[in-house]
Amino acid sequence: MLAEFLSDYTLRVVALGAGALGALAGAMGCFAVLRRQSLLGDAIAHAALPGIVLAFMLTGLRTTPVLVLGAALAGWLGTLAILAIVRGGRLPEDTALGIVLSVFFGFGLVLLTFVQQRAGAAQAGLDTFLFGQAATLLAADVVFIAATGLVCALVTMLFWKEFKLLAFDADYALTVGVPVRRIDLLLTGLLVLAIVVGLQTVGVVLMSALVVAPAAAARQWTDGLGAMVLLAGLLGGISGMAGAAISATGSGIPTGPVVVLVASAIVAFSLALSPRRGLLAEALRRARLRRRHREAGGGRPPVGEEVP
Amino acid sequence: MTSQDWEVLVLAVVVAVTCALPGVYLVLRRMALLSDAISHSILLGIVLAFFWVRDLNSPVLVLAAGATGVLMVAMVEALHRTRLVKEDAAIALVFPALFSLAVLLISRHAGDVHLDVDAVLLGEIAFAPFRRWVVGGIDLGPRALWMMLGILAANLLFLLSLHKEMKVATFDAGLAAAMGFSPVLLHYAFMSLVSVTAVGAFDAVGSILVVALMIAPPAAARLLTDRLGLLLPLAAGIAAGSAALGFFGAILLDASIAGSMASAAGLVFAGVLLGAPERGIVAEVRRRREQRLEFAVRMLLIHLLNHEGGPREAEENRADHLAGHLRWSRDFARRVVRRAVREGQLERRGGEGLALTPLGREVARHVMTR
Repeated sequence: MLAEFLSDYTLRVVALGAGALGALAGAMGCFAVLRRQSLLGDAIAHAALPGIVLAFMLTGLRTTPVLVLGAALAGWLGTLAILAIVRGGRLPEDTALGIVLSVFFGFGLVLLTFVQQRAGAAQAGLDTFLFGQAATLLAADVVFIAATGLVCALVTMLFWKEFKLLAFDADYALTVGVPVRRIDLLLTGLLVLAIVVGLQTVGVVLMSALVVAPAAAARQWTDGLGAMVLLAGLLGGISGMAGAAISATGSGIPTGPVVVLVASAIVAFSLALSPRRGLLAEALRRARLRRRHREAGGGRPPVGEEVP
Repeated sequence: MTSQDWEVLVLAVVVAVTCALPGVYLVLRRMALLSDAISHSILLGIVLAFFWVRDLNSPVLVLAAGATGVLMVAMVEALHRTRLVKEDAAIALVFPALFSLAVLLISRHAGDVHLDVDAVLLGEIAFAPFRRWVVGGIDLGPRALWMMLGILAANLLFLLSLHKEMKVATFDAGLAAAMGFSPVLLHYAFMSLVSVTAVGAFDAVGSILVVALMIAPPAAARLLTDRLGLLLPLAAGIAAGSAALGFFGAILLDASIAGSMASAAGLVFAGVLLGAPERGIVAEVRRRREQRLEFAVRMLLIHLLNHEGGPREAEENRADHLAGHLRWSRDFARRVVRRAVREGQLERRGGEGLALTPLGREVARHVMTR
């Protein structure tokens, strides 16, 4: 497979693109996961549809930057809508996410069918949006993705301290004078960017998975934010490249779902086997404690008391 | 409108109402996004059941899909219980995996599965009238309509007969457990109901827009009332209205009916969010501005009382002095003065001079001593 990878130009482009996307989404996803906003990515990804269709309607162009710009605007608008809905405190955040996700998507669908009736052909096909089309990735797209990733990385490094505070203790951040609202908008903006840049390649559902899975896996191996972000980027990159390579082995294997399944497998592996937090380590620790307890002549622990 | 259009309209309304009823509890229990997760995962159940029975119209598909939804909920809870990931992450990990598996299976066996992924995700409510239920040569109408009516009946039966239990379990799970019925059992029963509803609606409007119908009307109703008894009929009414609005919008634009229904539900919700009598954004902004003005009037009265009869009265108690002294904008100071005059707490004395009326003096003293 390695030889094939090195020789096949298309595969190389697709794998590099998927890998770059995975790395970008994985790294930015860390903040979303730590802030309990894992499903924000899902909502943003769906909310981007009307932006993509409108961008196409207004410009008539299908180039990646134009569509990404439209998607980013719509995703951004969706985020603001979520804030407006939860503002009054009457409705919980998950309700706001659900409404924005489905209503924006529905509106995008109306626009899309509207365009299709007018133009006749199935332009900017919906399948592409839903499941992505990694095979059509061009070298220029990969450069665009990498450039976006670079921008995100630079901004993240520049605001590292603020982002870190926001992720762990937003109230404290407020008391030491961090402009929390603005930093929040900036961080969410980067997440929007990381998501919409990948929509065309891996699609909606799968993009939201790429935001959460690498971060959740990385969390099992480290307690440091810096290490977690780097590791999540690495795992996301591996998922993207491996997914692209596997889907190239046979016909009719869509890239997006394979990427997600690879990422899911990495999560399952991490949950089971990470040395300190993992399920196996936990079970072994319990067994050891139980044995020591028995050897010390202890009976069953008193009712209601857990073995520490 | 042709009779087919009428059938689609009726189906749209029935689907919307059927979704809104369990949706009320999803919103109240903060599980709105489980509807999204369930509606995506049931695709796997449909695909697997199809491989087994090889018939797209078999009721086994509906059962398998419903079971997958419940299984997904159980998986999310098991993952959450390991305490290695938080609940939102658990949801976001499980359903994309199940969904990806389903998409992969469909595309691997594209030859022998006549499952159109677009149709599954977006629904084909416009085609519902073509699939009819014929018994003994008598045409009883679209099959989808009968299925939805059945699910609606199941929803009503469940929510009416277990109204009290759901209420207690939703608002105070601890009390529910203490009273001797298992919140967990009830939760899974409810999740089965949501799954079955999602499967039924999914056929008509697709998996993503099910979420709009389940969440938006109950959320709008939630902004209008605090009473659970009112919430259910109100949500159902809003859902029916949104569905009808969406249907006519789709006809007008010649666009996707399901998408238009979701957009209409969103529009209605946005209207309520802005204009709800007490909790709407407009009402709240107005209330806040009112409070600010009222507070400013009291401050002005106290300021005037302070300097009344003092050596600097002529200088301090002037309208053009307020902007600098109380740090109000000139415009705001004018509004405050006008309001205090209108309420009879203040009178103008020769151009810019201000003086308290007896009423104003009393109010200021009352505020200060309270």
